[in-house]
Amino acid sequence: MDNIIDISGLDKSFGRTRALDGLDLTVRPGEVHGFLGPNGAGKTTTIRVLLGLLRADAGTVRVLGGDPWREATELHRRLAYVPGDVTLWPNLSGGEVVDLLGRLRGGYDKKRRDELLKRFDLDPRKKGRAYSKGNRQKVGLVAALASDVELLVLDEPTSGLDPLMEEVFRECIEEERQRGRTVLLSSHILAEVEALCDRVSIIRKGRTVETGTLADLRHLTRTSISAELATTPVGLAELPGVHDLRVEGLRVRCEVEADALDTLLKHLASFGVRTLSSHPPTLEELFLRHYQDSPTEPVAAR
Amino acid sequence: MNAFVGTGALVRLILRRDRVLMPVWILLLSLTPVLLASSIKLAYPTAAGLAQYAAESRSNATFSMLYGQITVPTLGGMTFWRSATGMTFLALIALLTVVRHTRTEEEAGRRELVGATVVGRQASLAAALITTFAACLAVGVLVTLGLLTQHVPAGGAVIAGLAWTAAGWMFATVGAVAAQLTEGAGAARGLALTVLAVAFVLRAGGDANNTWLSWLSPLGWTYRADPFGSPRWWVFAAAAAVVAALGGSAMWLSGQRDLGAGFLPQRSGPADAGRGLRSAMGLAWRLQRGALLAWTTAFAVLGVIFGGVAKTTVDLFVKNERLGDVFQQLGGRAGMSDVFIAGMMSIAALIVSGYAISAALKLRTEEASLRSEPVLATTTGRFSWLSSHLVFAIVGPTVALTVCGLIAGLTYGASVSDIGRELPRVLGAALVQLPAVWLLAGLTVALFGLLPRLAQPLGWTALAVCLFLGQIGAVLRLGQALLDVSPFTHVPRVPAADLSAVPLLWLAGIAALLTAAGFVGFRRRDIPVT
Repeated sequence: MDNIIDISGLDKSFGRTRALDGLDLTVRPGEVHGFLGPNGAGKTTTIRVLLGLLRADAGTVRVLGGDPWREATELHRRLAYVPGDVTLWPNLSGGEVVDLLGRLRGGYDKKRRDELLKRFDLDPRKKGRAYSKGNRQKVGLVAALASDVELLVLDEPTSGLDPLMEEVFRECIEEERQRGRTVLLSSHILAEVEALCDRVSIIRKGRTVETGTLADLRHLTRTSISAELATTPVGLAELPGVHDLRVEGLRVRCEVEADALDTLLKHLASFGVRTLSSHPPTLEELFLRHYQDSPTEPVAAR
Repeated sequence: MNAFVGTGALVRLILRRDRVLMPVWILLLSLTPVLLASSIKLAYPTAAGLAQYAAESRSNATFSMLYGQITVPTLGGMTFWRSATGMTFLALIALLTVVRHTRTEEEAGRRELVGATVVGRQASLAAALITTFAACLAVGVLVTLGLLTQHVPAGGAVIAGLAWTAAGWMFATVGAVAAQLTEGAGAARGLALTVLAVAFVLRAGGDANNTWLSWLSPLGWTYRADPFGSPRWWVFAAAAAVVAALGGSAMWLSGQRDLGAGFLPQRSGPADAGRGLRSAMGLAWRLQRGALLAWTTAFAVLGVIFGGVAKTTVDLFVKNERLGDVFQQLGGRAGMSDVFIAGMMSIAALIVSGYAISAALKLRTEEASLRSEPVLATTTGRFSWLSSHLVFAIVGPTVALTVCGLIAGLTYGASVSDIGRELPRVLGAALVQLPAVWLLAGLTVALFGLLPRLAQPLGWTALAVCLFLGQIGAVLRLGQALLDVSPFTHVPRVPAADLSAVPLLWLAGIAALLTAAGFVGFRRRDIPVT
């Protein structure tokens, strides 16, 4: 089966501002794909191009096998979108907006809509201007999740939701995955992406800097090791791929690149290991590296 | 006085935000009287000339209705009379400015951001009123100074300036009260505009036949201040009382309520969408039906007034012996009423163009607030979304003008006991205006498609230009080429003149072309442009 979303070399400028600069993104059928980047990295711009609202300056964009700019309305029948900041009509009730958007998409499941309203604890009778930000977000989410579509495009969907509701949202996405729907989830909340996503693309300044499964990405990064040894270690500093080494008597702490892990462990073992703890990098650390270190060259894991 | 802490800072914020807008309207409004004075002086250099100008104008009830009653046929008197519409515009701008800096801010959540700093409960309202009062005062002072350059009596010039300021101040406080009552800024504007409209209609109805009706309207007080005749000082005492009462009420209301809340109840809506709400068109209907209803009602009332005063006007004219000749030239009683009807309907057309433009600009509001985005991410195409609002910009004014024409025709026809003859003539006078109205709607759509960021300012500027050319273009003796810029210049003066189809077809054709340009532009451009 073809990719659900296939973007390569996407450029988009607004006047002199270059929002997207050769962006690549591939989303496979049935996966929950995390689309990560800091504010202003181009996530929303990319999504608007995917929806055919913005016209690409250069590059190819395919969504559900079609060109979003030319076949926007046909493709929109098969996808549902929740903007990052859901704005509602002040004089329409939440229930009316959910129904309207569902109908405009060409069909939704009324029973699932009612069930979702209950799960998200949303009062559908309130008028748009009476909802808080989180509740507006729920209106958008319920409308999208109740729709009968193949692809969900969610732009920072949990912004404004409380932790309880974030949990409900995670359950819902898990259900969507089980139904075989594809989800593109843009976010800068890492825990959310770690918990939900099969694969992740990280973008920065309009460019994709990493793509792959979380395992793939961790492969590219350092593991934190701390160990207590039987004898005083020597020669650790000379090992390749070991960073931030600190030796205090028998205690060792360091960071190690993935392909140097084996060598390090063998070396440590020769001094007699009493305790050892290692933890894989959190996405947080991945993220910090990408946005605080010097620019990383795009890594091929596509 | 804790409640007013931070007012100074908020005043500066308002001045910073309105640093272009405010000077522009202050200058435009305050220049009107001096421009009019110099052209009147040029056209009627002698006292006899002015007296004749006054006599002709007095006999025309359309003029009395629009500008009020003429008191003294001097340069100052005629200038104050002719520029009185400016006071209504100052009142309009003042109330919009106050709502813009109070309820709009509150609805957008910015008041909350500011309110959490060291800013008192009343500071926002106080700052909005202070700046608006200051701007209205500036207009008044400039009006006085402008008139002084034309060598009118100094005392009269000062009173004229005061009258302008009073109109602005009174309606600024109307805006302030309205902003306390409703939760939505749109509703607050609607409420304040309704008050202004009622005040204008009362004044217009009273001034058409010089009856007491005008005294019911605060706007009527300022129109009847008579600065160059025998000044009515008590008018200013009454205005001050209104300002104090409404301003005080607004402050009191603002002190009583919660942030973001209003006094008019906010009802909850249905849990499910009705059957009508299933398409872009259904959504546009929900968003635009209130305005359609309001405008149609207002134009029905306008129709009753037009139809009602048409006969009285002609009666007054016939009684005026001195004007017998003019009367005959204009084609007797029938000719006179035809001129009146054509004049009234061209005014109605300018007003309804405001509706056409605002209905078309709903597109822009929806886009800029990002509400169009989720709709356009459904199977709704760009064309059908654009069309759904365009329908209201085209059909809405058509409905309003048709209702106005029908009711004016029935009322006038009944008053002369000849509905069969008058109804189609009056209705025709209304309908003939439509292509020019559509042209302005089309222009707004073209701007929306091609220059979205400028759609709002340029759309309203176009209407302002038409108003300017139509209202004072002739008095200022602007060239025909300039007057021709306004589509309304080309509308045949039916029923006073013959119906000629050619200009109407041109206007409709240009309207269609502009609309098409808007569609093409919108199809090609990025969404949303914010």
